Amino acid sequence: MPTIVVDVMPKAELLDPQGKAVAGALARTGHTGFTGVRIGKRFELTVDGPVDDELRAGVKQIAEEILSNSVIEDVVGIHYVESNVELAEESLESAAEHADEGYVAPAGETH
Amino acid sequence: MRIGVITFPGSLDDRDAQRAVRLAGAEPVALWHGSHDLEGVDALILPGGFSYGDYLRCGAIASLSPIMSEVTDAANKGMPVLGICNGFQMLTEAHLLEGGLIRNDHGTFICRDQKLRVESSSTDWTTGFEQGQEITIPLKNGEGGFIASEETLDRLEGEGRVVFRYVDVNPNGSLRDIAGITNARGNVVGLMPHPEHAVEPGFGPDTAAAMRSGVDGLGFFTSVVRRALVEA
Repeated sequence: MPTIVVDVMPKAELLDPQGKAVAGALARTGHTGFTGVRIGKRFELTVDGPVDDELRAGVKQIAEEILSNSVIEDVVGIHYVESNVELAEESLESAAEHADEGYVAPAGETH
Repeated sequence: MRIGVITFPGSLDDRDAQRAVRLAGAEPVALWHGSHDLEGVDALILPGGFSYGDYLRCGAIASLSPIMSEVTDAANKGMPVLGICNGFQMLTEAHLLEGGLIRNDHGTFICRDQKLRVESSSTDWTTGFEQGQEITIPLKNGEGGFIASEETLDRLEGEGRVVFRYVDVNPNGSLRDIAGITNARGNVVGLMPHPEHAVEPGFGPDTAAAMRSGVDGLGFFTSVVRRALVEA
């Protein structure tokens, strides 16, 4: 089942109070070295049929008119994942990355 | 005069708004978001609350409600429309008012009696006030920071469409201390603070005269009622 991923971020020039709060929490917990945090949204839309030009045009429109508000946000990406397998792989990779976070790599080891 | 108050899933202040309408001498008409019928009302109020749990963006899903197509048509034909708090957010999402509302700059919900300056007494909802008059009504929001591009802000100011400005304290980081604005015609007004909570002695903000005696919000509703009488 094809999945369409739409990423929306608050406009770069605007204050992002959520991101600011997270940045504060990072600093308080000793995770220094980050100069900023911004929080956006990811939408995953699934469709049954093929991804054709008509669908792409429709997605662009709803991304700009409904999923985001151009006064306060920007659509920063629309991408298409062809199958559940790909999406699952993407999640697996991300899960693997998270798993690694609990593992202290010996100096010099790279991923 | 009959004033419709629209209830959306998650509206909280619809009944307070109906009460304010009654105290101002008009008949409140409860309208439902899922209908396409304005039931012949003469004015509309979009009340405060947390429609759809503020999902997506505050007011965004409610602005796509069935009744909003009739609201938009009526507003464009000149019907007085007042959006309070979540209702203001809906009006911006529906493009009936410019700008947008974002999370308070300090990141927390705020609830206080807020002093405002009436910057325009020529809208349908503010003729009962003096230009420059200071009023105090409750404010309660988590996402009340008004923002717009510099160009839009300049235009709103230049055309006299900033209706209310915060005085003493800017409670949410709104640009240029803007608390409420209107459209070009002056019939659609949106603001974050809540006039419907300051309409009856004993239940309003404290004043120098007595506790909870503030009724500065009543002027919004009596303004629109008087306007209807003048036109009749």
